[in-house]
Amino acid sequence: MIEGAIWRRWVFFYIPLALFLIFLLFPFYWMLITTFRPDGELYRPWRAANYTPFWTWNPTLDHIKYLFRETMFATWLWNTMFIATASTIISLICGVLAGYALARLNFPFAGSLGTGIFITYLVPQTLLFIPLSEIIRNYKLGDTPWSLILTYPTFLIPFCTWLMMGYFKAVPKELEECARIDGASRWQAMLYIIIPVAIPGILSAGIFAFTLSWNEFIYALVFLSSPEQKTVPVGVVSELIRGDVFFWGPLMAGALLGSIPVAIAYSFFVEHYVSGLTGSVKG
Amino acid sequence: MAVAASTSTPQRVIVPKAKWRPLENERNLAWLLLLPTMVLLGLFIAYPFMRGLLLSVTDTRVGVPGEFVGLDNFRRLASDPIFHAVVWNTCWYTFVTTIFKLALGLWLALLLNRSFRFKAFTRAFILLPFIIPTVLSTFAWKWMFDPTFSVLNWMLYQTGLIRGAINWLGDGDLAMLSIIIVNIWRGVPFFAISLLAGLQTISPDLNEAAAIDGARPWQRFWYITWPLLLPVTMVVMLFSVIQTFADFQIVYVMTGGGPANATHLFATYAYQLGVGTGLLSQGAAVSLAMFPILLLIVIIQLLYIRRVEVR
Repeated sequence: MIEGAIWRRWVFFYIPLALFLIFLLFPFYWMLITTFRPDGELYRPWRAANYTPFWTWNPTLDHIKYLFRETMFATWLWNTMFIATASTIISLICGVLAGYALARLNFPFAGSLGTGIFITYLVPQTLLFIPLSEIIRNYKLGDTPWSLILTYPTFLIPFCTWLMMGYFKAVPKELEECARIDGASRWQAMLYIIIPVAIPGILSAGIFAFTLSWNEFIYALVFLSSPEQKTVPVGVVSELIRGDVFFWGPLMAGALLGSIPVAIAYSFFVEHYVSGLTGSVKG
Repeated sequence: MAVAASTSTPQRVIVPKAKWRPLENERNLAWLLLLPTMVLLGLFIAYPFMRGLLLSVTDTRVGVPGEFVGLDNFRRLASDPIFHAVVWNTCWYTFVTTIFKLALGLWLALLLNRSFRFKAFTRAFILLPFIIPTVLSTFAWKWMFDPTFSVLNWMLYQTGLIRGAINWLGDGDLAMLSIIIVNIWRGVPFFAISLLAGLQTISPDLNEAAAIDGARPWQRFWYITWPLLLPVTMVVMLFSVIQTFADFQIVYVMTGGGPANATHLFATYAYQLGVGTGLLSQGAAVSLAMFPILLLIVIIQLLYIRRVEVR
């Protein structure tokens, strides 16, 4: 705590922290209030005398109803969930196996492979989306969930591998050697001894990968075209804006409801998420 | 293969030494474990990268197979005023947002590094801008910046800071300011939480010892905390700079590159050319033009990180 008078505590701690919280959380409050605000109040200019920005006296569920009746929002939610889960599982399997190999086994080029995977970690999606869209079309994967399930691992595997390498390196070698002396093969020692010890790391990598794939936008925007295949972010962009007309009520309702699943997943694993985030940075 | 290996060595049976067990060889096992990763990264990163290079030296459009045109696409970019604006916009956007994200993120990390009630709760909430899909939260910002219904204008007007309406996304400079604000908003939590993790590895004894020797809080920060935090700071910056440089979502939603191309970044311009107008090869050339710059950033920062870590 800050030493000294109470006013110092307020000036140097409580007030700055409160301002940060307001800045970081206000857009979510704005989403929430817009979702339940009736259209009549929503489209009232800010100069109007009866403009009440922070509250509404006539909350309505119209926007949410519109979302589920007039658009395929439920399908988008399901698609996003399915794609995020599948690509997370694929990335975890690949990342755990590769991380174990790179952290624990001696083989030629281990160092340069590790560096290579770290470099792909730094390749942004926006660098490759145009040639990738060609390839997806050639493989006949366009407009299917598989176009995303197979491409999302490209930015998830590197960081899963990197994170798991850190966890595997921290497990003492003696543990594995004991199992091997007792007759376990290398494969068994990995499967039954090392991987169970690294479960917290797998959870961290998993929750982080899940939020990243829920968040992804440009691949989904380019690879998917029919409304029933879209993910939440792409569906909201393409179906709730017609030309220059923004359907702000349903848009904000979609943003709110589309954020809730990932926020819930995050809230269950906050500690794992944070250690995944910081672990992926420190390496 | 894996199944064969595990069933061939049940624990109860004494396995004769001569039995063929390929996975006991570290090298074989390593290659087997790395195989799925290699296949996926090869198919969807290395191969598209080569395809992108090939695409950028042809004149391919959607539905029209192109012919080899050499470096024409890049030559055209060199004389394209929009591309010049794109390069400048991207550098400016990256530079300004990174400075602010670092300063604000460090400040927030220092605040969170104290013990207070609801600390875990606060930390969890602060990460929300980073968790929630960027496209969705950017829509909330776009709605807040709307010229007619803007709550920001209302707040500024009520506090007496402005007299008339501000058309946030209608003016080039203000639109740039708006996307910079949104990017800072999204990035501060990442900086704060990562730097907080770095701060927590610094032993409080050091600060206490310096305090006993009479160092002021500012001196303690500058001579103890900051140098010890520098390696983490550099890695966080590396990730942030790359993500910001290649940013797409915020600009796509907020301005679509407008007004009059004032906020186009590499990625949005590449998207407009490649997907919007179907000039695949020119779009590929624009996004590949990012690559040398990104490579340079990575090399400089990795060299710097190594130097910091050695010292």
